[in-house]
Amino acid sequence: MYKSLLIDPAKCTSCLQCELACSFENEGLFNPAKSRIKVFEFEHGLTTIPYTCTQCEEAWCLHACPVEAITVNPNTGAKEVSDSICVGCKVCTIACPFGTVNYNSSTGKVMKCDLCGGDPQCAEVCPTGAIVYVDSDWTGYSKMRDSALEAHA
Amino acid sequence: MHHVIVGAGPAGVIAAETLRRKSLVDSITIIGNEPYPAYSRMAIPYLLAGDVAEEGTYLRHAENHFSDLEIDILNESVTAVAPTDKSVSLSNGESVTYDRLLLATGASAIRPPISGMDSPRVHNCWTLSDAHKLLHDVNAGDRVVLLGAGFIGCIVLQALVEMKLDLTVIELADRMLARMMDDPGGRMIKTWCEAKGVKVRTGAEAIAVEERDGALEITLGDGSSIAADHIVCAAGVRSNIDFLAGSGINFDHGILVDNHLQTNIEGIYAAGDVAQGPDLSTGEQQVHAIQPTASEHGRIAGSQMAGEAVPYGGSLSMNVLNTLGLITSSFGLWDGVDGGDRVASEDQTYNRYLRLEFREDVLIGALAIGLTQHVGILRGLVQTGVRLGAWKRRLMSDPSQIMHAYLACVQGSRA
Ligand SMILES: Cc1cc2nc3c(=O)[nH]c(=O)nc-3n(C[C@H](O)[C@H](O)[C@H](O)COP(=O)(O)OP(=O)(O)OC[C@H]3O[C@@H](n4cnc5c(N)ncnc54)[C@H](O)[C@@H]3O)c2cc1C
Ligand code: SF4
Ligand code: SF4
Repeated sequence: MYKSLLIDPAKCTSCLQCELACSFENEGLFNPAKSRIKVFEFEHGLTTIPYTCTQCEEAWCLHACPVEAITVNPNTGAKEVSDSICVGCKVCTIACPFGTVNYNSSTGKVMKCDLCGGDPQCAEVCPTGAIVYVDSDWTGYSKMRDSALEAHA
Repeated sequence: MHHVIVGAGPAGVIAAETLRRKSLVDSITIIGNEPYPAYSRMAIPYLLAGDVAEEGTYLRHAENHFSDLEIDILNESVTAVAPTDKSVSLSNGESVTYDRLLLATGASAIRPPISGMDSPRVHNCWTLSDAHKLLHDVNAGDRVVLLGAGFIGCIVLQALVEMKLDLTVIELADRMLARMMDDPGGRMIKTWCEAKGVKVRTGAEAIAVEERDGALEITLGDGSSIAADHIVCAAGVRSNIDFLAGSGINFDHGILVDNHLQTNIEGIYAAGDVAQGPDLSTGEQQVHAIQPTASEHGRIAGSQMAGEAVPYGGSLSMNVLNTLGLITSSFGLWDGVDGGDRVASEDQTYNRYLRLEFREDVLIGALAIGLTQHVGILRGLVQTGVRLGAWKRRLMSDPSQIMHAYLACVQGSRA
């Protein structure tokens, strides 16, 4: 059973530790703009939602890639982008209906959550437990819907 | 059960892989007529630009990918289909019988019917062989005219600039990217290209080409002419359907398929650039000629051939491209519908543009320039038809809140 990132927006205080940890782990710099997890603020910060790829079952990004640059990591189930194979065509960025693959203009390639190889730094640093890395059989859509955001009916 | 797939592009290959996942016992043969391992046309611009080696265009990288999956590959051209015998004829005179057949023969580049287009100095940019010829014949500094600034033309444009050519673009329509961008967006792209040193002539028709003293002279409709060393033609493509004449398989622009991607003949399917299949937005049969549709078709056709009869809702027309650093995308009914609502915001200083089209409170289409973060959400919203409720009004005053609208409406849907 793969583990996945379980996000509970109600616990998020918008401290942005996750964005900093993600950008540092993956891009080597503290820059939220290069983070693969993004905290969205509503009503001037009254509600905040950390948001990233759910490693969905459908893997739209992987199937749309013309050069097999996105593959499934057999240990974590993460859909990972290989920078050396990616040509930067961005087709995956429009194919993912969750908007969780982004173009990185500094590399000319794309970036998405890869679960840090099984030790996701966002969950590691989150001080409130809003992001945890747990065993889960929830997948794709249902997970997106179930990690409900009650405040925003 | 023997499945025969004609065409080794993304649609054919993905169908074969899907079939194999669903059935371990059926035999699967792909018949493809290009002299290369299965590759992606989409990667050609990156080969031209020198970003990747030829292997970088291949669809699959593992050495024995196809033999490991027990997918047979036959390097031949299919010349005819005989549904009554359930067989296809090959150019070597042999024939292959099938139980189920997938036609995934893609499209070919076409040239405008004007004199002089048969010169060896006129190039297509559609196949790996075209790319080889371009790389061989064209040198940095050469004067090159790009005929056509549609979607493919604008992608090729980027590669031609990276090849350091002296480039002039000629486009018949009154703007660049006429079929995926509106007037303000098209203008923004043209201004951007010109600022980067590319000469762009929209509303210009090439009416004749003449080869003289080792160069070309291109005459335009307004009587002016342009001298060039080479022409790269990106003036359209046509589905590869000629071999179907007399087969009884129905076609229009492409092979007509229903929401099971099946043709009018049971057991014969079509997928990818050759298929005129259901469009998600209109419900009509359309040829999309884009990678996401080809790969989706491949998966659906593979499942159908394996016996899963789940109907397909149709594919969404969408594009993304990078024109000299300006990133443009389009989704669905970006030109709107009667009685719908529209909002557009344009920022000329930062070269950003976002246009959203609604039917009631549902997003049905979008255009974006300069949007690279979370852009897929536009697909998500159009594809799932999420009702935006009160968020539609907020988007009408600030379309940049699209990601917020999605999170609120989708993730909050249970509350
Ligand atoms: C330069 C370029 C850039 C592109 N960029 C993009 C992009 O950025 N985004 C995007 O969405 N799309 C892009 N496309 C389009 C995309 O490549 C196509 O939509 C995709 O290749 C379609 O896949 P397919 O499998 O349907 O057809 P194809 O890839 O065309 O494959 C069909 C195969 O069938 C073979 N075949 C044809 N007839 C026969 C026959 N009778 N017998 C045997 N074999 C046959 C063909 O030779 C070919 O190998 C681009 C295309 C080009 C050329
Ligand atoms: S990036 Fe999008 S399509 Fe790819 S696995 Fe994540 S959610 Fe799925
Ligand atoms: S941008 Fe890279 S990973 Fe995404 S589809 Fe293109 S080649 Fe594949």
